[in-house]
Amino acid sequence: MALEQSDVEKIAQLARLDVDANEAQEVTKRISSILELIDQMQDVDTKNIAPLAHPFDAIQRLRPDEVTETDQREYLQSIAPATQDGLYLVPKVIE
Amino acid sequence: MVWETVIGLEVHVQLATKSKLFSGSSITFGAAPNTQANIFDLAMPGTLPVMNEAALRMAVKFGLAIDAQIGRKSVFDRKNYFYPDLPKGYQVSQLDFPTVGKGELEITLEDGSTKVIGITRAHIEEDAGKSLHEDFQGLTGIDLNRAGTPLLEIVSEPELANAKEAVAYLKKLHSIIRYLGISDGNMAQGSMRCDANVSVRKKGATELGMRTEIKNINSFRFVEKAILHEAQRQIDIIEDGGRIVQETRLYDADKDETRSMRSKEVANDYRYFPEPDLLPIVIDEAYIESVRAELPELPNAKRERFVSQYELSEYDAGVIASSRQMADFFEEVVTICKDAKLSSNWVTVDLQAVLNKQDLEIEDSPISAARLGGLIARIKDKTISSKIAKTVFEAMLESEQSADEIIESQGLKQVTDSGAIEKLVDEVIANNPEQVEQYRSGKEKVFAFFIGQAMKASRGKANPEQLNTLLKQKLKA
Repeated sequence: MALEQSDVEKIAQLARLDVDANEAQEVTKRISSILELIDQMQDVDTKNIAPLAHPFDAIQRLRPDEVTETDQREYLQSIAPATQDGLYLVPKVIE
Repeated sequence: MVWETVIGLEVHVQLATKSKLFSGSSITFGAAPNTQANIFDLAMPGTLPVMNEAALRMAVKFGLAIDAQIGRKSVFDRKNYFYPDLPKGYQVSQLDFPTVGKGELEITLEDGSTKVIGITRAHIEEDAGKSLHEDFQGLTGIDLNRAGTPLLEIVSEPELANAKEAVAYLKKLHSIIRYLGISDGNMAQGSMRCDANVSVRKKGATELGMRTEIKNINSFRFVEKAILHEAQRQIDIIEDGGRIVQETRLYDADKDETRSMRSKEVANDYRYFPEPDLLPIVIDEAYIESVRAELPELPNAKRERFVSQYELSEYDAGVIASSRQMADFFEEVVTICKDAKLSSNWVTVDLQAVLNKQDLEIEDSPISAARLGGLIARIKDKTISSKIAKTVFEAMLESEQSADEIIESQGLKQVTDSGAIEKLVDEVIANNPEQVEQYRSGKEKVFAFFIGQAMKASRGKANPEQLNTLLKQKLKA
């Protein structure tokens, strides 16, 4: 499966990655070669194999519904770039 | 042109767990910002999710209540998007293998008829945090207390035909989740949120029209208004020769209108993929049965029981059974006074009026079930008349006294001593010769006057039936 450069640009945009035109060309080549490997795997007959949701054939362990965490706001906010009134501050997200 | 509306609802219900879906942080409402947001909730590197068993149990419980297929194997997926109140950059949800599959919900319409609405699925997912856009030096404030709160998203089939059906569906859903105790369903606090998919088509058409999604509807009343408004907007556009664009619209309750949430981004592309940090959840028969054993009697079953056991009307039984708290209250009242019909009237009419006026839920009723039962018992044994009972009821609102104490202290006991009533009747007849003449000459309407006079003289305490009989006898003489 070949990838167009426009696909790469779209993926980069969705992932918020700044990939310029030169890089995009290079990245397109590299991702396409990974997809070639996937194409090879697609050729394997898996008709009788149930799909896995996870590489480990195991099931999720659950935890009891208990509050085990304590308030560590002061500590956690000491490494934040900007806080006010207990809130984390980020660049304005609406216009 | 006659149009019909087609509505499907997506309802997010906040599950009433103590801790978050994948971390041990508390989810108490109203805590100071970020005091319930710990390293996992903040998506610090190296942290991993551990699933809360209670959230799973609540989802399964809901599934059993709507007779749904329970996913023996459910798988979590990542829904990827960037927003500052979603620190991981993805929301953990369930795409292809939800915990609750197809089910159904019976709703009761205004004319008393019922309709079954299909539920497509209900999946478990985590909530995001809150963005506060007030001015923080030109920045946005983020509170991550809510991030990671367990939600159950319940998706209906597009089978609701108008705004009233949508409200009935929402109310039934609200009633069931409260019965099950899986959520407090508080819409004002956001523990139940509703998005509506609305489209219109020519009456009788089989294909669905282009739909829009209305977000941000946070009360039963707004659901109705938002849908009515949006359906009309769509009809106007089509009748003017236009086309409906598939989009997300926001309901503005102040202006009673919906408006487009234009996004400058590329169309939503969430790039779902299985969450590698979580293994599939496998539920066996024993687990399902253990949850089934915890199911309470649900609204429909309770309504039917109230009709057969207490001989209530379908309507009254439905009103009482719609809330588990009200049903429990009612049954406690009946146990004490032994009269279901009177109990039903007092609970749904008199008490409900007080609750509405004071904006209270029945669990916070100023008159307990024990006190109300005590009052009705005195009507039933004829200690007081229904009319005097209203006076006692008013007095009960003002004090903690029992009905008996109020009746005693205010001397409200009904007069059933026939000698005393006879004396009253004699006096009234003696004092009003003119009216007696009128009555005897055939003007029977005057009878009400005598009842009124006698009641007044007894300060409302005369037993009405006895008074009636005696008056008739004496007036004939």
